[in-house]
Amino acid sequence: MSFVIRTIDITAIGREIVREREVAGDTLVIGRAAENAVHLPDLAVEQQHVRVTAEGGRLHLQAIGSLGFALDGRSTTDATVDPGEGGELELGSYRLQFEREADGRIAVVIRQVAREAADKAETLGGFSLGSVLPGKRPLAWTGLAAILLAFLAVPIWSHLTRPAAEPDYDRPGAVLMDASWRTGALSSVHHGLEDQCEACHVEPFVAVRDETCLTCHQDIADHAAQPRQSLARGPLPWGDAVQWQVAHAFGKPGPGACTDCHTEHEGAGRMEPTREKFCADCHGTLDARLTDTALGNASDFGKAHPEFRALLTTDRTQAEPVRVSLDDRPRQWNGLRFPHAMHLSKTNGVAQMARRLGRDAGYGAPLDCADCHTPTADGVRFLPVDMERDCEACHSLVFDEVGGTFRTLRHGRIEQARAELLSLDARATRATGRRRPGEYASLYRADFGGPGVAMLSRAMTEKGLCGQCHVPAGPPGTLAVMPVTQPSRYMIHGWFDHEDHKQEQCTSCHAAGTSDSSADLLLPGIAQCRDCHQGESARSAEVPSSCAMCHSYHPRTGPAAAPPRIARR
Amino acid sequence: MATAADDDAAFHAERRDSDHESFLLHGRMRWLKVALGLGSAAILGYVLADVDPRPNGGSWYGYLLGTLGAGLIVWLSLLGVRKRAITPGRWSLKAWTSAHVYLGLSLVVIATLHTGFQFGWNVHTLAYALMILVIASGVYGMVAYATLPQALSDNRREMTKRQMVEALAAIDRQLEAAAQPLGRVEADLVIAALGQDPFGEGAIARLTGRYRDCRTASALEALAGGDPANERVVALLRKRQAQLAQIRRHMHLRALLEVWLWVHVPLTIMLLAALTAHIVSVFYYW
Repeated sequence: MSFVIRTIDITAIGREIVREREVAGDTLVIGRAAENAVHLPDLAVEQQHVRVTAEGGRLHLQAIGSLGFALDGRSTTDATVDPGEGGELELGSYRLQFEREADGRIAVVIRQVAREAADKAETLGGFSLGSVLPGKRPLAWTGLAAILLAFLAVPIWSHLTRPAAEPDYDRPGAVLMDASWRTGALSSVHHGLEDQCEACHVEPFVAVRDETCLTCHQDIADHAAQPRQSLARGPLPWGDAVQWQVAHAFGKPGPGACTDCHTEHEGAGRMEPTREKFCADCHGTLDARLTDTALGNASDFGKAHPEFRALLTTDRTQAEPVRVSLDDRPRQWNGLRFPHAMHLSKTNGVAQMARRLGRDAGYGAPLDCADCHTPTADGVRFLPVDMERDCEACHSLVFDEVGGTFRTLRHGRIEQARAELLSLDARATRATGRRRPGEYASLYRADFGGPGVAMLSRAMTEKGLCGQCHVPAGPPGTLAVMPVTQPSRYMIHGWFDHEDHKQEQCTSCHAAGTSDSSADLLLPGIAQCRDCHQGESARSAEVPSSCAMCHSYHPRTGPAAAPPRIARR
Repeated sequence: MATAADDDAAFHAERRDSDHESFLLHGRMRWLKVALGLGSAAILGYVLADVDPRPNGGSWYGYLLGTLGAGLIVWLSLLGVRKRAITPGRWSLKAWTSAHVYLGLSLVVIATLHTGFQFGWNVHTLAYALMILVIASGVYGMVAYATLPQALSDNRREMTKRQMVEALAAIDRQLEAAAQPLGRVEADLVIAALGQDPFGEGAIARLTGRYRDCRTASALEALAGGDPANERVVALLRKRQAQLAQIRRHMHLRALLEVWLWVHVPLTIMLLAALTAHIVSVFYYW
């Protein structure tokens, strides 16, 4: 067994010099010492560094000292090499390759190499992900610049350089990219301005001002005259006072600015109704500051709200209607005699008559409310009861028959009626063939049988032609009646919408079925409303109700003074 | 004497343990408690705060949470500056990192409540989304740092990166020598294998750990089981493949360990930009 030691040196001009010698034996010691079979003059190599032993065709490499060696790049102190496969031993600046020669001998090829330190360091960086990705800093700066440009520079620049223009629903917005600033959709009434942020946000860093709102809403008036409105505002609670201090520090207008109550960007759909507390701030303890106020304190419909006050004429001597609290159980004077209970009975003569009149005449069953009361077109209230439409089907004013044709008095035409009745006297007999309702139907027929003067003289009695429903206004014998008032609205500061309550029976609020007198005020009190309606925060109530459900803040005349829900009808 | 030696060992063990305390466990998880307290207080306030008509970043409570959140974001992003100055003691970098992690997590609660759960295609939601991505990448990074170094260490098998590269170079040198007798076709296969840069793999290959078109594998497939004269080349190719596998697994683990920073860092800077745009735009259209 012998080794072939082949040393390859490279001259300064790059030429290879190969020296070959043979070492007999099965063992080879490699080291710095000159007596070694393989002598490597490198201080990094030990005097006797590695012993190579041939064992059955394989080479056993062992470190002699404590210092290991690198075989195929791997540090070790003990290894086996198959010379058929080959192996590379690295010691200091030397590389020794073990190979099996064609003749079966084992060759050790020795080369001295210079380290390529810089190159190695570069290669090692390749392990990191950073070697194949763009740097974090360029990425960060690019993203930073893109965001600041698109979402800050462009909108601000185009806002500052926009042409001056009034808000206009039909004009597209002039500010670029400010849709990205939108904090939420506008309510449906302002939807047309969705693209025109600058319509409301006029000046940079200046909160939306009342003047801006008033460019469109110029007809809106203040809630109350100054200085009463300011006086009415109570001292702010501690938390609110702090909030306002902060808000003022940031230039928010108020309290009392449009935007205090009307918050926008709360999402599409109806603008949120103003919260109860905005009203309660003043009205909750109003009497403490406005000592002369006629208004009761109100802060929550369920807990603190005065009884309703209806606008009423309470007796016949009263010239103008006055507001009276329902707590006082007021009686109403409307100039009529009308017992609701009798008309709504299911069994009495009225019911029988309605049944006899039949379905074709619009009845056919005992009367109900709708037979006489007709809602307005918007459903909010009811039309005044009309004699010809709502009463005359039963309360006939027929007074004569001539050749199969009935002659009828015209309601409300007093002089005409007097003339018609007096003209009867010229004739001998009259038979109307029609009966008027009432307990004493047969007696009426007899009454009608009298001459016209007799009819006239009795007309104003309680069983008479006019007096049955009307209250006489003049001396006996004259046909004058007291004026009839049918208020269409009792609550002048609150708004009630019958349409919204049509699922309810009329009688669940209006006790008409037990009312024997037209002087009964059939309005429900607040207690009845509270069966369903409680304050805004009463989540267990059937209908949590804020002030804005019935009241409108901005006083205006006409139907627009109603809360929008009603005004829209 | 033996007792003294035991005491000495115990002392050193204790000191080593304290030195190795994770930033997650720092100060008996002081910052976890602070973060939990902060998050709970924010939730409690959200439930109790009387804001109308509905929770909103523009309510007083919304502004409070927003200010807190913005302050936290700026402070959290300052870790990048702070980490470059390592100091011991109460405000050590470890304490800072611990606070960074836990306060960063509490930001999820604070910022989400600040939104009032109103989202849209706007710069406000952009800032929120960037923040969530930054936090999510941070959480990933934390998990990666807790689990991957062990796998990385196992894969090393006591070799340094330099040794891995040198081992491959050693194999390559032998392969070059051994391939001298090969014919043109076989030699081309070996040249292709040797010419393929092990670090030429892209980010996706590194992240997935699937390295397609490995020419060493192709050469091995073509040569293995063929001419017995090629036996040495095949053996060396096998060695090369094994060495490549170690290097590639190292790159894969390193990629998994490092990738979150490519999200966390640039997105933090973008978040600061979006946050600026968010705040400025709110006050600009005040």
